[in-house]
Amino acid sequence: MELRKNYFADQRKDGLHEIGHGRPRLDSPGHVTGKTAYFADRNVPNMLHLKMVRSPHHHARIRSIDTSEAEKHPGVVKILTARDVPHNVYTILILIQVGPEDETVLADGKPRWKGEAVVAVLAETERAAQEAAAKVKVDYEVLPAVFDMEEALKPGAPLVNEYHGQNYYLYDSGECRKVRFGDVEAGFAGADHILEQSYQSSPIEHAPTETTGCVVVPEGNDRFTCYTNTQAMFFTLDNASIILQMPGSKLHFVGGTVGGGFGGKVDVIVEPIAILGAKLTGRPVSFIYSREEEMQISSPRAAEKIIIKDGVMNDGRIVARKVTGYTDAGAYSRHSPYGAQKGAAHYPGPYTIPNVWIDTYCVYTNRTPSSAMRGFGVTIGDFALEVQMDKLARLIGMDPLEFRFINAYRDGDMKAHRQPTEGAALIECMQEASRAANWPVAEKYMAMSSYTKGA
Amino acid sequence: MAKVPVQFTLNGSEKAEFVDSGTTLLHALRDKIGDTSPKGGCHQGTCGACSVIIDGELRLSCLTVAETCSGADIRTTSGLAEAGVLHPLQRAFLDAFATQCGFCTPGMIMAAKVLLDHTPNPSREDVIEALSGNICRCTGYEPIIEAVLTTARANSQNAA
Repeated sequence: MELRKNYFADQRKDGLHEIGHGRPRLDSPGHVTGKTAYFADRNVPNMLHLKMVRSPHHHARIRSIDTSEAEKHPGVVKILTARDVPHNVYTILILIQVGPEDETVLADGKPRWKGEAVVAVLAETERAAQEAAAKVKVDYEVLPAVFDMEEALKPGAPLVNEYHGQNYYLYDSGECRKVRFGDVEAGFAGADHILEQSYQSSPIEHAPTETTGCVVVPEGNDRFTCYTNTQAMFFTLDNASIILQMPGSKLHFVGGTVGGGFGGKVDVIVEPIAILGAKLTGRPVSFIYSREEEMQISSPRAAEKIIIKDGVMNDGRIVARKVTGYTDAGAYSRHSPYGAQKGAAHYPGPYTIPNVWIDTYCVYTNRTPSSAMRGFGVTIGDFALEVQMDKLARLIGMDPLEFRFINAYRDGDMKAHRQPTEGAALIECMQEASRAANWPVAEKYMAMSSYTKGA
Repeated sequence: MAKVPVQFTLNGSEKAEFVDSGTTLLHALRDKIGDTSPKGGCHQGTCGACSVIIDGELRLSCLTVAETCSGADIRTTSGLAEAGVLHPLQRAFLDAFATQCGFCTPGMIMAAKVLLDHTPNPSREDVIEALSGNICRCTGYEPIIEAVLTTARANSQNAA
């Protein structure tokens, strides 16, 4: 590793103990010897296996649930429906005051996406649980469904989620998150060129090598140990506490070792129902997604649609930017209201633009609920923004990297959210990138700095 | 369900168990014998995390029926270190930063071991081919390939 000490020499502290040195990972010896204990590596005797009966419809009303045949299946110990769950309607981000609660642990009358959990079957073996789950009879009235964000926002579209009352998340700023800075219309009016483009993405599955799951062991005294591969230990503990209406002191969560996650294991899906199963049977419970469930049921990165309109001058300055962003939450909020909000903050890009207007919507559809994934809310936005930057540079016949130097934010610039830029270092990063990629730019850009206006 | 006996050598030790007929070797190793170093990632033979060595050949333990392994010599990553000293491949994975979450690592090391046992001086292409059945979702392939090549280079220097 090479440290370029010529940058920010006046601010640099030398004699660092960690930065610039390679350090072995603490968990590596366990990994290479096969001794690292993942949640499923604990051999618990007398364990029950949980399998879900899932909705085969994207949107339906449950007329009736008949578990009588399944209950008779050899090896079945317990079958759970919505009425067994103490607090069945929840939302993950309620812990940071993002509501309303809008998702059911087990479907209560109305599944809103294909794959939604309806009935949980606990049995002596995985095979018995699976066979019994296939014997649960659910009578559905299929309802019209909506899969497209623009369709979902049209008047008269099927209402996906009654807990919201409309097919978008209602922020305290209204139907979308908004950024308003300068006068975007005046900016467009004075621009030499205007370019409006739309970008869209599909959901992306994390596909961790270890599937989502947990093993719950009742410890006596109404206390439960939950071995889990959650990436969000305290969200999971606190939400389980709410869903089960049990004080957190009764719940002992053991985690920290995750066989791949990438954001796909931050939702609170497997733990509460497995703990409930352990509580109601008095036996250890294992609930582990099959590979098929991991691919079909776990929340993907949200599909997004982003419309960017930029006004640019012949000399390369972007003078106005208007962005409308749509995040497809699927049927439930999970982390998507936050993802859409992050997009609103991110769409100005790392650029200084005097006139900015942004709206981002979190939209509900009858698709698999989306949630966190590596930089969710901004990753697809960056793809769109940087493709747009290349198109703008081409439009005015300018080198795309030089075009970015002209617009890069520098210390002291006011950002669209009215936060002055500090410690930007973007110019210096681009200078190094220019060298590393062997993509030369004019000398005046190599002479620029994040501190001072020049060039 | 009918139980069947299985008897094999695991990392040099005799093992004997009764399992349900049709039980996979992965299940028998993990849940019966207690060797959890083979991991169950897909249970359908595509991720490679459950790879073990049976009679010198790389096998997917999730697709191998335990009762067909009677009399076999089975090797897993948990038995690779000898007298507390890491195998050169384990050392190379450690040094090359070739593990991230670690879930694919035991399978990767087994695949690499079979390659080096059969081809002591592999090309980069040989390594890529040998590891192609093992999926790493943390995108650690480059350090993994480097770890295998480093081990091979060290082996050939020792031989020379």
